[in-house]
Amino acid sequence: MDGARSEPKSAEPKPVLRHRWPTRLWHWTNALLLYVLFTSGLGIFNAHPRLYWGQYGANFDHPWLTLERFGSWITLPAHYNLAMSRHWHLTAAPVFAFALLFYMLWSLFGRHLGRDLAFRRGELAPRHVWQDVRDHARLRFPTGEAALRYNVLQKASYIGVIFVALPLIILTGLTMSPGMNAAWPWLVELFGGRQSARSIHFITAFALAAFFLVHMLMVILAGPLNEVRSMITGRYKVPEARS
Amino acid sequence: MILNRRTLIVGAAATLAGCDRLAKNETVREALFSAENFHRWAQRSLMARDALVHEFRPDQISPFFRPNGTANPNTPEYKALWRTGFADWRLQVGGLVERPLSLSLAQLHAFPHREQITRHDCVEGWSAIGKWRGVPLKRVLDAARLRDGARYIVLHCADDMGGGNGYYESIDRVDAFHPQTILAFALNDQPLRVANGAPLRLRVERQLGYKQAKYLMRIEAVTSLDGIGGGKGGFWEDHAGYDWYAGI
Repeated sequence: MDGARSEPKSAEPKPVLRHRWPTRLWHWTNALLLYVLFTSGLGIFNAHPRLYWGQYGANFDHPWLTLERFGSWITLPAHYNLAMSRHWHLTAAPVFAFALLFYMLWSLFGRHLGRDLAFRRGELAPRHVWQDVRDHARLRFPTGEAALRYNVLQKASYIGVIFVALPLIILTGLTMSPGMNAAWPWLVELFGGRQSARSIHFITAFALAAFFLVHMLMVILAGPLNEVRSMITGRYKVPEARS
Repeated sequence: MILNRRTLIVGAAATLAGCDRLAKNETVREALFSAENFHRWAQRSLMARDALVHEFRPDQISPFFRPNGTANPNTPEYKALWRTGFADWRLQVGGLVERPLSLSLAQLHAFPHREQITRHDCVEGWSAIGKWRGVPLKRVLDAARLRDGARYIVLHCADDMGGGNGYYESIDRVDAFHPQTILAFALNDQPLRVANGAPLRLRVERQLGYKQAKYLMRIEAVTSLDGIGGGKGGFWEDHAGYDWYAGI
């Protein structure tokens, strides 16, 4: 979507530059890192598969969620090894956090945010949002010119992921560290205590997993080849306008 | 659809198996294990040397402080000490010090005390809040006068972890001299119970639970951690690959 140009309509659709290189690089870095972070995170969770609200929480306290250990098909490593899960998680986490920071700065100053993600006048009107929901439900994806702009649900998801979910999972992750809690005691208080922060970290991880599944579904429904190519080379073939 | 659940599971398992193979590669392994150094550097850069952890109000204390790890050392030596209420127990302070010490519980009690209500964060993910009372480690180290080369403080414990490996832990001078680093003899206004590390345990509040060595017997100031236990600075560091810096 970045750098979308107004292409005159022609018989054969010409590929347009849809994603600039920082978006593409960040996207694939994230795909890899989120995979490592999610699976190693479940490995860490398996050490104590109970979640609590508040400042403290251990075996004799009341959990709001108790789970069985996640199976080896989804944990890294593929057997219970808390130390190795932590090594994976703590190696990937700083790279992931700084990548997001740079991408946020680039989005702001590279006008990705203002040009592609910010809501336009009237887009948030209930009637417009409802229309977009109906189009999605009927799998009527935009074609022609409209396919070059994110629709309101897409914008909301991308803004929600980049500016809410990802920062939230990083900040709650930081509060898992007793050292960070000495450095920034206000942060863990902001989340209502370390066990609340751990719960929010877990919930956000699964919200991101849900985003991933919907994202995959949308890519498959919208034409996987064109979509995946646009995220690798940046080139996107504009779907012909419906008559 | 091309991707059904089975394909996803098989795919995920195959990729994870790939990650596991990768982790056996020496370079990858080194990279994964060295993240600890980045985190230590970053955290120490972000915090003041003496930055304190949050201290809680009495009404925020966990109803029951979960003991973990060894619940009772159960060695003949420990049992003999326990039977007499630790009257014959002595904390040895040695290594690179000018004045080696041998302190009874009564002598330790004569040092200035510090009381703190802090949160114990286990590497497994749970937390418990308790009120600790003890002697700042700094006071004991000052009394023993560290020599110049002393970079680490090693804490040797009474519990035998099997195969003749005693539990031990180590911290550097930054944490050893931190105001909240104490040798605790009381939890929630009671003398330490055996399950919580009687008669004396370490509280090093900016690090995870496995650093809070229980059943302390000997404190040793050293230049290097090589040659102690497996050389990685602690029992779990040697045997399970835990990070030596547990502020993460």
